[in-house]
Formats: sequence, C-alpha cells, structure tokens
Amino acid sequence: MEEKTETFFFLGIIERTGEQMKAFLILEDGSVFIGTSIGSAREVVSEIVFNTSMTGYLEVLTDPSYAGQAVVMTYPLIGNYGITPDMESKRPWPDAYIVRELSRMPSNFRQEGTIQDFLLQYDIPGIAGIDTRALTKILREKGTMNGMITTDENYRVEEILPRLKAYTTGNVVDKVTCTEKWVLKSEVSQKAPKRVALLDLGAKHNIARSLGKRGCEVTIYPAHTTAEEILSMNPDGIMLSNGPGDPKECTSIIKEIKKLYDADKPIFAICLGHQLMALATGADTHKMKYGHRGGNHPVKDLATGRVYISSQNHGYVVDTDTLDTAVATPAFVNVNDGTNEGLSYVGKNIFTVQFHPEACPGPQDSAYLFDRFLSMMQ
Amino acid sequence: MPRNHDIKKVLVIGSGPIVIGQAAEFDYAGTQACRSLKEEGVEVVLVNSNPATIMTDKEIADQVYIEPLTVSMLEQIIAKERPDSVLPTLGGQAGLNLGMELEEKGILSKYNVKLIGTTAETIFKAEDRQAFKDTMEKIGEPCAASLVVNNVQDGIRFTNTIGYPVVLRPAYTLGGSGGGIAHDETELVEILTNGLRLSRVGEVLVERCIAGWKEIEYEVMRDAAGNCITVCNMENIDPVGVHTGDSIVVAPSQTLSDKEYQMLRTSALNIISELNITGGCNVQYALHPESFEYCVIEVNPRVSRSSALASKATGYPIAKVAAKIALGYTLDEIKNAITGKTYASFEPMLDYCVVKIPRLPFDKFLTAKRTLTTQMKATGEVMSICDSFEGAVMKAIRSLEQHVDSLMSYDFTGLSMQELKEQLAVVDDRRIWVIAEALRRGMHYDEIHKITRIDPWFIDKLAILVEMEARLKEEALTVDLLKEAKRIEFPDHVIAKLSGKQEKEIRDMRYANGIVAAYKMVDTCAAEFEATTPYYYSVYGSENEAEETNDRKKVLVLGSGPIRIGQGIEFDYCSVHCTWAFSKEGWETVIVNNNPETVSTDFDIADKLYFEPLTPEDVESIVRLEKPDGAVVQFGGQTAIKLTESLMKMGVQILGTKAEDVDAAEDRERFDAILEQTRIPRAAGGTVFTAEEAKEVANRLGYPVLVRPSYVLGGQGMKIAFNEEEIEEFIGIINRIAQDRPILVDKYLQGKEIEVDAVCDGTDILIPGIMEHIERTGVHSGDSISVYPAPTISTKVKETIIEYTKRLAQALHVVGLINIQFVAVEEEVYVIEVNPRSSRTVPYISKVTGIPIVDLATKVILGNTLRGLGYEPGLAPEADYIAIKMPVFSFEKLRGAEISLGPEMKSTGECLGIAPTFNEALYKAFLGAGIQLPKHRQMIITVKDADKPEAVEVAKRFEALGYKIYATRSTAKYLNEHGVTALRVNKISQESPNVMDLILGHKIDLVIDTPTQGNGDKSRDGFLIRRNAIETGVYCITAMDTANALAQSLETATSTLTPVDIATVKG
Repeated sequence: MEEKTETFFFLGIIERTGEQMKAFLILEDGSVFIGTSIGSAREVVSEIVFNTSMTGYLEVLTDPSYAGQAVVMTYPLIGNYGITPDMESKRPWPDAYIVRELSRMPSNFRQEGTIQDFLLQYDIPGIAGIDTRALTKILREKGTMNGMITTDENYRVEEILPRLKAYTTGNVVDKVTCTEKWVLKSEVSQKAPKRVALLDLGAKHNIARSLGKRGCEVTIYPAHTTAEEILSMNPDGIMLSNGPGDPKECTSIIKEIKKLYDADKPIFAICLGHQLMALATGADTHKMKYGHRGGNHPVKDLATGRVYISSQNHGYVVDTDTLDTAVATPAFVNVNDGTNEGLSYVGKNIFTVQFHPEACPGPQDSAYLFDRFLSMMQ
Repeated sequence: MPRNHDIKKVLVIGSGPIVIGQAAEFDYAGTQACRSLKEEGVEVVLVNSNPATIMTDKEIADQVYIEPLTVSMLEQIIAKERPDSVLPTLGGQAGLNLGMELEEKGILSKYNVKLIGTTAETIFKAEDRQAFKDTMEKIGEPCAASLVVNNVQDGIRFTNTIGYPVVLRPAYTLGGSGGGIAHDETELVEILTNGLRLSRVGEVLVERCIAGWKEIEYEVMRDAAGNCITVCNMENIDPVGVHTGDSIVVAPSQTLSDKEYQMLRTSALNIISELNITGGCNVQYALHPESFEYCVIEVNPRVSRSSALASKATGYPIAKVAAKIALGYTLDEIKNAITGKTYASFEPMLDYCVVKIPRLPFDKFLTAKRTLTTQMKATGEVMSICDSFEGAVMKAIRSLEQHVDSLMSYDFTGLSMQELKEQLAVVDDRRIWVIAEALRRGMHYDEIHKITRIDPWFIDKLAILVEMEARLKEEALTVDLLKEAKRIEFPDHVIAKLSGKQEKEIRDMRYANGIVAAYKMVDTCAAEFEATTPYYYSVYGSENEAEETNDRKKVLVLGSGPIRIGQGIEFDYCSVHCTWAFSKEGWETVIVNNNPETVSTDFDIADKLYFEPLTPEDVESIVRLEKPDGAVVQFGGQTAIKLTESLMKMGVQILGTKAEDVDAAEDRERFDAILEQTRIPRAAGGTVFTAEEAKEVANRLGYPVLVRPSYVLGGQGMKIAFNEEEIEEFIGIINRIAQDRPILVDKYLQGKEIEVDAVCDGTDILIPGIMEHIERTGVHSGDSISVYPAPTISTKVKETIIEYTKRLAQALHVVGLINIQFVAVEEEVYVIEVNPRSSRTVPYISKVTGIPIVDLATKVILGNTLRGLGYEPGLAPEADYIAIKMPVFSFEKLRGAEISLGPEMKSTGECLGIAPTFNEALYKAFLGAGIQLPKHRQMIITVKDADKPEAVEVAKRFEALGYKIYATRSTAKYLNEHGVTALRVNKISQESPNVMDLILGHKIDLVIDTPTQGNGDKSRDGFLIRRNAIETGVYCITAMDTANALAQSLETATSTLTPVDIATVKG
C-alpha cells in the first residue's frame, strides 16, 4: 500500500507547462463564454443541459441518457476524486463536458486516473474555467439551448448560429443501446431466479445490478428487439430502461412496447422507458424548459404521501393532461413543480417512474421500487 | 400533515451562558425558531439565563424569563405559565438535558405538558452511550468498539482488550468536555477520572481510537410522517481526533465519491428514522480513508453548531423548519423561504465551496496548550464562501482577525527540516501554516499526508496557494497573474508585499483592468430556480448577480466577526437591533459579516447580506457596488470601529459619532485635552511605545500601574504591573500581539468600578442605568459581577457620574451610544475609559430597564432627539428589579490557561440574576452560572499577604455557613491567629497529603486563591492549585470581592425563587 500511494497521489497533477489552450462556448442566443480547453480540442455542437449533483460526475459522464447533449456541472469543483470504477456504462456519452474547475490532483483510494485523460481517451471535448453559474442561469431563464464548443479563436458567430439552430439530438437511442443481448446472472445463488428482460434504451448499469442483487437473472436486449422475441423467453417481468433523446423519436420501439403492454407481464419502467410506455398507451410527452438533472428532487408517492429525494435526468415529461385515467393514473408527482414523476397502469401489473431509483449518482431513497417490482413478479 | 392546533403555548428552553462548545449558534437557532413559532400564532414562553441574546427580547417571545436554567426554576415557570408543550431541542445540550430531567422527574406529566420536537425516548437513545450503541447495532450501523464505564478499573480492563490509544467521551457533556485520547495507562487514568466527574451521570465511553480517519458530518431533517432529507454534508479537513468545533471544515465534502457520499447519506437517514427524530439532527462519521469502512461517531438530536453552519452554508433554515415540524407540518408542506418556489423537502445543492475556520482563544491565554484534541477549545468561528476551495480558505483566514492574512502569516522559516517535521506532527491551530512551510521546502505531499493524515487533495490546494506566493515573488506582475491571484483571493496588500509594490498600485492595476469582485447568490439550489433572498458572496472573474438598488436610503451595517473573548454575542445583538431600527425607519439595510453562528447572518434580518471578511479591501468592494448613503460602525464592536478610517477614505459617511471623535477617545493626548477641557479627573498616565519609556512613566507615577494597548477590546494585553520586571514582560507580550499603536501606562487606582451606557443625541443624554461592579478596579469589567442599579454609591457620586457622562458625550460630539467606565475612590470619581460605541452591557441594560437602547441610538443617529422620542434626558428612573450580571468562564476547556482575574477579560459569557431583592438576584446569578453550593462544605483558602486581613472576614462567613476550612501554611497561620479555625495543609511541593490530594479527593466545594504576580515558585504553586481545581470541577475564586459576594449569596439562600417575566418590564 505504501509503495502504491507514492505514485497514485501524483498521478493526476497537470503540469503548469506552456499556455493552456483557449476554448469558446457559443450559445444559440449569441452568448459566448471563454475558458480553457479540456479533453479533445475538436469542435462540437450539442444541446447544453445542466446537472446540479455535487458528487457523481463520473456516473453522469457515463450515463447514456446524456448522448447528444453537452453537460454543465453546476458544482464548481469537478474531478476531486478522479476516475473510479463507478462507470454506469462502458464509456462516457455526452458530446462535451463543461465545468468551472477541474481538480489538478484527484485524491481517493479507488482513483485510477483523471477526468482530463478520460475525456482525451474518448475524444470528448470540453471547456473549463467558465462561469458555470451564469451559464446555468441563462439555461434556466431561456430554456435548454444548443451550443458549440470550439478552440478556433477565429470563429464567426453569424456562421455558427444557423448550425446551432439546426442541431437536434436525433435518434440517439440507437447509438447507446447494446448491439447484442447478454445476460447478467443473479448475485444471489438460488434455484429458480426471477428472469427479467431488460430493454436497453441506454440503460445505466445499476438497473441490472439492482435486479441482480435482488436475485434476478437479467437478460439485456438491444433497443430494437421485437416484443415477440422478448416474450418468447417468457420472462417473469420486463424492465424498460432510461435512455437519451426525445421519446417521440422512438416510433418503432413504441410499437413494440405497446405489444408488451398488451402481453400482461409485470413491467417496471424508468425515465425514457416510462415516457415510451405513456406514448404507447395514448398519452403525450412534451419538452420541459430546462428539465430535471440532479440528485435532490423531492417526489411524492401519491399512494402513501411519503416524499423521497430522487436522482433525476430528464428533459421530457409525460403530459398528465393527456392521460386517459382509464389507462394510467399518476403515482408520483414532483413536489417542486407538480410535474408527473410516475404512473400506475389501471388493470395492469405495470408501473413506471420518471426518476431514477437505481441512483448512481444520487440518493438511494427510492431503491425500494425494485423490491416492489420483485413482488409484482411473485 | 397539517399543523397540530393543540399546540398553542410553547415553552422554549435556551442554552444559557456562552461557554466554549455552546455559543451564539443557539441564539441564532432559538431566535429563528421562536419567530417561526410566532408566525404560526403560537404563544412563546422563553427561558434562558443569558441576557445578551436576541431570543430573550420581548419582540421574539411573548413571555421572557432570564432565569437560571434549573429544573426547579423551569417547574415554577411551567406552573405559572401553563404551556401545553416544551421545545427542548433549541437550547443545545443544556436544553436537551433539562427536557430530559423534566420528563424523568415527572414534571411534564404533572402539569400535562408534552415535549415537542423530540421525545424522551429519542433523547435517551441518542445520548445514552449504551442505548445508542444498542440502537446502532440493531440497524446494522457500525460504531467503534467501545464500552461505557463508570469506574476507572473497568476502563483499564476494557482498554487492555482493544489496545491503546483509546478515545474517552463522557456522557451528557458539551463540547466534548472532559474527553480526550489516552495513549497509555497514566493518561487513561487521568482523563477517565476527570471525565467521570464531569459527566452528569458519571459515565464515560471508552472507545477504539479511529484518529486519522476522515471526519464527515451530515445534517439531516425528518418530519413526523417519516420523510427525511439531508441538508448538507461537511468534511473536516482535520481528520478524526480534533473536535469538529476546532476543525477546519469544508462543505460540501470534497474527497468523497458518490458511492461514499450516498453510503453515509443513506446511513444518516436510517439513523434519524430509527431514532424517530422529528426535526433536525447531526450525524458524525469516521470514514476509513482507504476503504468503505465507517463508524458512526455521534448523533446530536437537536440543532447544533454544525446545523447553524449548515444553514448558513446552504441557505436552508434548519431551526425554522425544525420548529414547523414540531408543530406537525411535513417537509413537503413547508415552503423554502429562499426560493419561494421549492419546498423544505428539497435537498440544497451548492455551487460554491464553504470553509469554516475556528477562532481559538490562544491569543488570550498565552500559557494554554495550543494543541487541539477531542475537547473543543474554540470560542467562535468564521465561514467563507467562494467558487474555489483556495479562495474560500484565503477569505476565511483573513476573517479571523488574528493578524493573519495568508499562509505566510505564521513564520516557521526558522525551523530545521527535522523540527519542521516535528511541528507538522503537532495538531494545533497553526497546522495549515506549517504545511505551507513544508510545501515551500518541497516536502512531498505523501510525507505531509503521512504525518498529518490530512487528505492530499487539501494539501494540493494549499500547495496552489504556496505556488502563487512564489509566482508573485518571482514573476513580473502581469494582468493574467493578478487575475489568477485574485481568483484564489489573495488580498491586495499580500500581492503588494510579494511583488514589491504598494497596495495602491495593485488596487489601481485591478481597477484599470476590470479585476473587481463580483457577487453571487446563495440560493439553496445551484441556480436551478430563481431565488428571492439576497444573500451574497464574492468571487473574482465572474458575472455579478447582486442587484443594484437605490430606491431607498441605504445603510451599511458592519458586523462584529467571530465570537471571541471580549467581543461576544452582545455585539451581534446590537448589530441586529440597529438593522431592524433602520428598517423601521424605511432604510434599506445591508449587513456585512462572516460569523455563521449569529442572528445577524440569518438570511432575513437585513435586506441584503454579504457573507464576507471584514477587511477594508473586502468592504470596499461591497461599497463600490452598493454605494450606501452611510455606514454604522458603533454597533459592531472593535471589528467595525477599526474599519472607520477606511470607510471614510472610500467616501462613505459614518452615521452617528464622527470618526475623529472616536479617535479622540482612543488617542491619549487628545483625550487628555478633552478631560482637561471638561474638568474630569482621571488616573495620571502617559503614552509610550517602548518598555524604557513605560518604565520612566511608571517611576514617575509610582507602582502599581496599569499597562494596556490602545484600540483593543476586552482589555486584551492589559496588566497591572508592580515593578520594572513586569513592565518589561508585559510590553513584550503587547508587542507580540502585533501592536502598531501606542501603549498606555496609567496609575492604578483602587476603588469601586462603575459603568454606564448612554444614548446621546448631540445635546442631551439618556442613561438607562448605572451599573456597579462587585469586584474592585483591576478586574476587567467583562469579568466582574455587575449590579444594576448601583447599590452602594452615594447620590453625590451618582450625580457626578451623570454630569461627567453628559460632559464627555458632548465634548466627544457623541451621536448614538457611549460607554464609560469610572472608578469611585470614596466620593471622588475618575474616568477610566470611554468608548463612543455600543458595549457588552447594552443588551442586559436594555432588558432590565425596558429601554430599547439600540433602537433609540439608531433613531438618534437618524436625527431624532431624545426629547422628541419621549425620553426625559438624564438618568432614567430605576427599575423595580435588581439585575446582576454574572460572568461565566470556560477555563475547564483550556488546559493550562491562567484563570486568575485581572484587567484582561477572560470570560466567555454571562448570565443574569433578576429579582426584587439584591440577595435573591445574587443567588440567582450564581445559580445561573452553575454554582450550586454547598455540597461537601469544605474549602481551601490560600491568599497573598495583602489579602490576608480580608480573608479572615471571608473565612469567618464561610465558617458560619458550616464550612470546614483548609489553608496553606501562612494563610492557615494568619487565619488561626485571627480567630478562624483553619486546618493547615501541605503545599504542592511538600509531601502528601498536600493541597493537591485534597482537591483531587473530590470533597472540596470551593477554592479561594488570590494570585501573586511574577514567575516564582509561589505563583507557580498557585497556578497549579487553580488549574487543578478548575479541571476537577471545583469552583475557584481569585478575587476577595467575589468571595464575599458568594458568602452573602449562600447566607441568604432560599429555596423559593420567583421567576420574573421581563417582557413586562416597561421602559
């Protein structure tokens, strides 16, 4: 241990050699932030969203739901504990990373590298040293907007703005889902584990892990698997994962989900999965002004009146006005803004939530929902 | 769950006098909670023995009892007021203990009163060591291996099974009092014996030592429906082993990954749920630095110092929410007052970094051990907010007002590498400065980490500051370099010093290049929602958010910074009342302060709050932005007064007494001229700069003389010198506390010390009351027992005092407050000291006379006249009650501190005894200070020769009270010769049984020891006797007048004390 510490504490120090490269963040509304380039120096256009978590930057970076977006961390000190084995998928997904300050020397007993190297390794550009609070306030007041990060000092705003306006995240689920189905064994040894089919729309690892920990054998399917194929294995329950982008882009997946709905299997869905189930059953979704991204949102379980602090990452929400109460009724509501946070399906063994009971990052308060899913499969 | 309407009248228990470990944070929490209760229409009955608090104002509670916090007094108040509920969670450990006792003794059920905010079961489970351990075991939360013992033998036996070192924590004590780490059996026996004595229940926890682990705290809230949230977590930079009150603390945690953060968060929620807490709770953890192993250190099921810090760090008003929960509300029903949009069930998210540094009293107690342990020593703390850790540390350092402004402020350059390593191993208040020096010498982070166990992340941050020092010294000062130095909050004058420039050049360069402070808002939500509460902190290189306002007249109120001996909670009381008074007059109010424990830094006291250091540069940045119409400095103690000159240079009008008049009161020659002009006598004296000059003056005046620095509060550095040797010594000490102002040498006059506070409108004065000290001159006024109205002075002396006060106020053109100390020698009155500003007696006199002094002073400052306000000038009619202010000390917390009283203030707080008669008031005052005698009816007297005749009289009184008197050789001889039966005991240096054995035998009630000056054996013996008495919990008196007062109090002691509702006292 002693030997090891010698190198590990110094691993992350960035030498103060030479000039740091300037980087520019240009927003759709014409605002420009000047900072220093981190990670890849390549130019990128993306949708800018902010996340208010104070810890868990690595889980944020590796959450597939951020595909097609550039993430601003509102907490100013990022990278303090470096890269740890806490990745929520096999790679980082955001198009770009925006921070106030990257720690030059991470420190943690599990630290394996720095954010800087990590971004470089995956060719992700970023910008540091900007007033992230001012940026967040713009996004809060004007709503989520597109932006560009460039290291080209001779950028021309008038050329860039049309490109920014034209940008859409597109169908990003295809980008993040697994290519082949695979199986996660139960962590509990038992004779007949519950068999769960997990439709990977951009799933965070901890969804499957949470099930595995509770004695489930989880088969993870690519997003475009047909309902027939999933049902053919006769799973005890079906789980629809989180994922990136506008749910309405997922037209073919929605059709398959409608079939799953009709199949009378216990279904638990999170985030994008929750939105797709709502769309599949006739409700509508809409884009929020700036979404919910962080680890501090209170959600109320309407059945019990209990309030839980939840981990959140969504820019779209199910429109409760469009709910057919004969199909689904609200199960959870956001205490702050009253938006829908979960649905319970009438006459079905199906419930879905907008927030993230799998946490990672964020509070573990709603992990009990996995237990509820298990009891649904009994 | 909606509000429980059965709760109509609540008794709120305060925390009593300010002592180390229980300070202003409880006034902040209590005041906020009482206001929260009142806004729900609840009738609030308040009891607190501390008169310097805002919570004891009649604006805050409906009935106010400034009475000793004893069970029998509480029972009487309950019987009289018949509240339906008692809220014990706002008064710190003292309040919780009382709540528990009321329950245990059946008083609550007798009067059909219920505890709200907690239950007796919750208190028991959280506070009783064994019950706590069992509870944690039940829910699988790990604690360090430990055993509760009630005797030393069991402690030794258990320690032998788990191995040294062990941590010792006495049950039911505050600030870790009596605790410590024992490395061997001798230490174990010493600390354990002491701890068993100090524990209310005679129990001490012996625990596996987890020193060196990370210390992490969570502030958690829970409502009766079971909803819980965490408000904030905090990481102590000093690993486990230093009391969290003495640690440098950062919020949120910096070196924890989400896995560790959530693991501990979940644990904290499990604990608060299992303890069934309804309200706020603090959970402290030790986290292994190289694994996920953790231990729960302790749980405080109430508001605390940490909750005050968390409230200020996040903007989340914990006490207010806790009060609402006590009334039955659930978290999702309580609006977040900062955003107005979110609810109390929202967890605050920070987009900045908060650093707290404790204010330690070692500048007051030069002999005290500087080392930091599990027993808290800090009297107060400062907090700073910045967008970087480096910046927050730099701001916090200069907020301390201890002549430190950077990591270069303590000089360790003289140490060899070996000595430096040894110094690194010493855990004291200068450790970050030692680390900085080690970094300058190129010591590896690993090595520093190995010695200090401080996480390398923090060491690297200090290294960034050290690197900047070097760059400023070596590189040309470019705009970019200056920007970077300001980003990490190097003050201009430090940049100037390092770069070999003048401070003005740096400032000019900054302004020329637009390098100015911007202000960001503390909004609880990291900008996710728009906030409505203007609570700001500064950063460089960012967009400014502070809204410009200029629709109303605007006043800048300068706060008083960290609580320290000599400048306590009283000045916060004054600042807050001044702010309220300006508000009432239609002004916009702006407060600048850096103390997280206070009411003044609550988010809804002023229209705008700047949480900033109180240095000229920091204040100037605010002034540039706010452009106030004026500033008031007379309410913020010496901290604010010291800023006067700078404020004037910035072009800010000083409201009230002019700066040159403040200066005239401090400047010896100008003040002498004023005294001459007003024909007021004072002790002869002179102004000097060196020891040689001082000796000359002393020889001219004749010894003894009073030596003191000018421009200090609380008599810091003030001493009575009896000879040249002592002059040398004292001047040396004064110069060490960085004195660039002249030193005053006065003839020492022995007489009655009289004190007045007065309001002056430029023409007329109003003296709310005259106070007389029980102790003769020579004991600092803050350490004296003070009696209102003055009981023993003649009408003639009173008239002289009124006349002198008037003349002085007029000559100094005072507009606002003036505080004057006089000495009356027979019928002659001399002036000792004049302070044209508020004083520590203002809150107490306001309360007992019913005259709102600060409010009046503020109105006068705004141009009203006393007559116009309906007050007859002169001395106000005396109140119907006698009020006695009793100083309270924290000597037992400060190993090695000299406890004898003198001209330098040593008390940390005060309590009040108020009653229709002098004797009852005196008895209440002693009781309030925790002096509950007699117990064993045995005492020790050892006095210097000059005091021996008086000691005979004192001894006779105690003998008559049934006391057995022990005395050392010469005192015993003298007493016996004069008709007192005194048993002679051996001196410390002599064989056993000696005086020390007697003290350690725990059968002594009281020690009267008047100290001899100098450095000889005699004085060392006295020092040891006093220290041992204090550390074993024996009451120790060092002035004959105090001894007589105690005797009088015991002679007239009665079991029937009448509570007085001071809210009914009319002005």
